[in-house]
Amino acid sequence: MTTAANGEGFVVFDRVQKSYDGETLVVKDLNLSVGKGEFLTMLGPSGSGKTTCLMMLAGFETATHGEIRLGGTNINMVPPHKRGIGMVFQNYALFPHMSVGENLAFPLEVRGMGKSERETKIKRALDMVQMGSFINRRPAQLSGGQQQRIALARALVFDPELVLMDEPLGALDKQLREHMQFEIKHLHESLGITVVYVTHDQGEALTMSDRVAVFNDGRIQQLAPPEDLYERPENSFVAQFIGENNKLPGTIEELGADKALVRLANGELIDATPVNVTEKGQKTLVSIRPERVEFKPEMMPPGAHMIGAEVLEVIYMGDILRARLRVAGSDDFVMKMRNTLGQTKLSPGQSLKIGWHPQDARALDPL
Amino acid sequence: MTDATASLTTADGKPLKAALAASQARAKRKALMLVAPLFLFVVITFVIPIGQMLFQSIYNPTFSDAAPALDEWFGANPQGTVPDEAAFAALAADLKLMREERTAGAAGTRINYDVAGTRSLFTAAARRADDLAPPYREAILALNEDWGDPMIWRAMRSASSAFTPDFYLAALDMTRDEAGKIVQVEERQRVYKKLFGRTLMLSGLITVLCMLLAFPIAHLLATLPLAKSNILMILVLLPFWTSLLVRSTAWIVLLQQQGVINSALVALGIIDDQGRIAMIYNQAGTIIAMTHILLPFMVLPLYSVMRTIPPSYVRAARSLGASSWTAFRRVYLPQTLPGIAAGALLVFILAVGYYITPALVGGADGQLISNLIAFHMQKSLNWSLAAALAGLLLGGILLLYWLYDRLVGIDKMKLG
Repeated sequence: MTTAANGEGFVVFDRVQKSYDGETLVVKDLNLSVGKGEFLTMLGPSGSGKTTCLMMLAGFETATHGEIRLGGTNINMVPPHKRGIGMVFQNYALFPHMSVGENLAFPLEVRGMGKSERETKIKRALDMVQMGSFINRRPAQLSGGQQQRIALARALVFDPELVLMDEPLGALDKQLREHMQFEIKHLHESLGITVVYVTHDQGEALTMSDRVAVFNDGRIQQLAPPEDLYERPENSFVAQFIGENNKLPGTIEELGADKALVRLANGELIDATPVNVTEKGQKTLVSIRPERVEFKPEMMPPGAHMIGAEVLEVIYMGDILRARLRVAGSDDFVMKMRNTLGQTKLSPGQSLKIGWHPQDARALDPL
Repeated sequence: MTDATASLTTADGKPLKAALAASQARAKRKALMLVAPLFLFVVITFVIPIGQMLFQSIYNPTFSDAAPALDEWFGANPQGTVPDEAAFAALAADLKLMREERTAGAAGTRINYDVAGTRSLFTAAARRADDLAPPYREAILALNEDWGDPMIWRAMRSASSAFTPDFYLAALDMTRDEAGKIVQVEERQRVYKKLFGRTLMLSGLITVLCMLLAFPIAHLLATLPLAKSNILMILVLLPFWTSLLVRSTAWIVLLQQQGVINSALVALGIIDDQGRIAMIYNQAGTIIAMTHILLPFMVLPLYSVMRTIPPSYVRAARSLGASSWTAFRRVYLPQTLPGIAAGALLVFILAVGYYITPALVGGADGQLISNLIAFHMQKSLNWSLAAALAGLLLGGILLLYWLYDRLVGIDKMKLG
């Protein structure tokens, strides 16, 4: 997260716009600065413009307007092979007609590096991903996870300062994916490289990144460290997209500096923290995380607001119990309870009082 | 390992292999019945006629059937024996038989393959066979001095055995001298080897031209959006749906000396009226027209291979520091090799056996070996020689295919 002395980042998108057909903008006025050594993730649903941004940075797409700078120089006109950016592709893109060793030698050969130096670098890169013994295999003889490691090693072997990753773990199964997330994270930390990572998996984004840029509709909706993103989403899209979220529609009755009174659909009044609401009488969506909802009076945080609810269904999920409740006329209000010894058993049809701290109820735009 | 599997049994004690065979028998029978019509069709329309045709290249009983007495004399006397009275007596007997059975023409034609101008010798002699009386040697030589020619006797000797390699010898520009030794035919009569060489050379050239032309087209087809590539694909396939004759005629209109291109060049002042370029009725015509006609056979396998190469490979190469040319040469091109190989093999094999286009636009020096095969099938009626030429062609292609398998591997080939 260190930025250059003049305050400008290592990678800078300056008012970048992109259109493929001249009629619609895929990327709308993007401004983004990535610090040297930072792990930045572009997160968003498909079609949100995140991959286009990555392709522009790699040089496979040209920006329709604006400037992309790398280390302070404009790279709009620099062809991809002269940018010196390592890239890991979604389907690995290992060259099938070359062995693992030849794949890794490729970026070094095209740079005219001598044989002995090449071999040292290849060995070092393969050891880095614990694949040293696979140097003579063909990509087709490797499993998905192994191919992923080789692709990673190939993107790192020529010591790029910036590495781009385009959903690199999308094709792996869940366990392997989680394992690789940690490995990539550790490589990033030990090598001190800058990583721009694209994914649509929010868990991945939260686990790995220093900062996450949430994309939607060609714009960055919020750019923040993972914790802020989850705890303090700035608009309804981010609140919806990151993690599970309860939303209660209502209208602003009173608006203070750090407190708002919201009238819910059934007329009930609750306290909430105003985020991006501006005036009285405005429509709003109040967002509450399911794990911040309590139903036992003794556990209720001080200042908690209580509201009536009816249990519709309880789902056993192993580590947690998930209860679907009817709250203020909405049928899909979810409450998560830890599966502890002696946890109160709820049953459908039961009425109870639930509550949460007003700080956890965030009044957002109505989407 | 095999012992262990042999002793495996099912739950009720039957051998596992037998149980597996029984459980699959029904499915296998069904599959067999589905395949049977095609199998029979192939055997009846393909394997049998071609086998029979090729058999003719080594088996020709025309003369041995017509001249049984001579056959007997040749059997009793070794190669090199000067024909004596007994030999001429046998010849006289056979000429009488030929007259009765009206086979003198056919037998004469057979000897005519080896020694030119002998057909009339047989028909004339057979007509007067009944007048022949001993001593036969003098009587027959009185009919025509040529009957004493050792070459004729040598030709009759080799024709009297129905199984003969002579047609293959002829197809390779070789023959036998008076003593029966295999020698090359005279320089000016050597046509087949030259023609085989020309056929292979032109086919190779056409294959290379097709490859150069098809590569960018196939790449464009594989990378364009579907709506556009479909239109382009129709343009590629259009020649397939047009009659071969129409296409060849179109080339004639374009390329002939008074044709569109020459007239345009003259009108533009690039060449003068006397200097019109001969682009058709020669090798150039064959090359141009066949390249055009065989192009789709190169485009389609290439296209089907290129479509499966994701653009991320070239992008990966570029991001790793390769210029666009290096990325093409080291990453894209090697992956299209199965398509190139398939297309090249297909085009080459088709070109080697191509007949109609060279016949229409090839003129004299644009003829290929298949045109000569057709000539022997239709004009000279020497089917055995035609079969021998076709057999050599087939053998050559099989050899190429084997080489290809050894060098590239048939399993790597993708035909589309």
